[in-house]
Amino acid sequence: MEIPYTYKARPDTGLYNAKVGIWLFLASEIMLFGALFSAYILLRVSAPVGFWPETALAWPRGLLNIPIGTFNTAVLITSSVTVVMAWASLQMNKFNHFRIYMVITVLCAFAFLGIKSFEYNDKFSHYVVQTKSGKPVTGHIEVNGKHPRFWNFSDQWTLARLTAENVKEISVAVDPERDEHGHVKSHSNHAHENRTIATDDIQFLGSYTPATHPFFAVYFLITALHGLHVLGGALVLAYFAFPGAKMWKDNPQQFINRIEVGGLFWHFVDLVWIFLFPVVYLL
Amino acid sequence: MSDHSSIDSSGHEAPGNDSHAQDIAGHINTYMWIFGSLLVGTVLTVLMYYVDFSSMAMTVAVALFIASIKAFLVAAYFMHLMSEKKLVYSVLLLAAFFFTGLMGLTLWGSFDLPTNSIHKTSYVP
Repeated sequence: MEIPYTYKARPDTGLYNAKVGIWLFLASEIMLFGALFSAYILLRVSAPVGFWPETALAWPRGLLNIPIGTFNTAVLITSSVTVVMAWASLQMNKFNHFRIYMVITVLCAFAFLGIKSFEYNDKFSHYVVQTKSGKPVTGHIEVNGKHPRFWNFSDQWTLARLTAENVKEISVAVDPERDEHGHVKSHSNHAHENRTIATDDIQFLGSYTPATHPFFAVYFLITALHGLHVLGGALVLAYFAFPGAKMWKDNPQQFINRIEVGGLFWHFVDLVWIFLFPVVYLL
Repeated sequence: MSDHSSIDSSGHEAPGNDSHAQDIAGHINTYMWIFGSLLVGTVLTVLMYYVDFSSMAMTVAVALFIASIKAFLVAAYFMHLMSEKKLVYSVLLLAAFFFTGLMGLTLWGSFDLPTNSIHKTSYVP
């Protein structure tokens, strides 16, 4: 028996099966990301003041690289446009244009993921150090003349580990100073000055990872889940662009529908990022 | 539901006929405008970060307002929600209802927060 409405619209709803399916799925995705945003809000408003040492704020601001985040936003928006252009190209029977747009979309997706992993790498080796005698500092640290390796989680440093391994001092490439809003102070020296801090003087040492602050827990959780969506979407779109494109010859309308449905998912991923970017980078 | 002239790709029209192609060409123009607006919106969002709005509530409101406009552009034009079928709106209405409920619960919860329940040991000011 043939399954009805795989490419023809059902007369009463005006929709083909996959379109109903994708919208139901996206509705569930709204709830999934909504729940995580809700967790973010509750963690943030319940964080005690002074919880983030550097600025005596409860919640750190401005720790992520805004130029890189902005660029990545533009990359994702571009891919959203190219995927809708790919779909429009098929509607105009221009298969070659379709393939070019799909390739650009997939390239944008991988560019986004590449840039994101560069940012992750930076955070894993970035530390906040609270000294007993002075203001807290942040920056990349060196222990025994070596940078902790980001890909090795057992290479993360804590005060307990410094003491246990009898490390006398660490070196910090100090970040520019920030005001109480998390903005870099205009008069501050942008060159990263190296400072040596004795282990005895350290009250708290933590990398920019979930163990140090719930901000990083929420940041890594939501952006990694979003990243998985980007990866999944990119793989599906790449499949449609090459092996899956065989369908264009046998059943063009169903193929156009597939591109539309894949595109809807892709736009949703872009939508999540549109909210995620200001929430984790700017607010 | 019977709006066959719109490009909803729900199987009413074969690809490649002339009036259809013209229709699409018009849409492409719109997509380019939306693309530009989204980039401008992104720049605005970032500029907003450097403006001091005196209160955090205001900062959050402005940021979410710009994000909502961008989200509207993507949903309305790229996802074709401007001219969608009734069933899709029904599904989204359901999602909107539960999402509002979720955020309502979040707001409710924020009046009754557990104090100092997180990371008691990691950083002591």
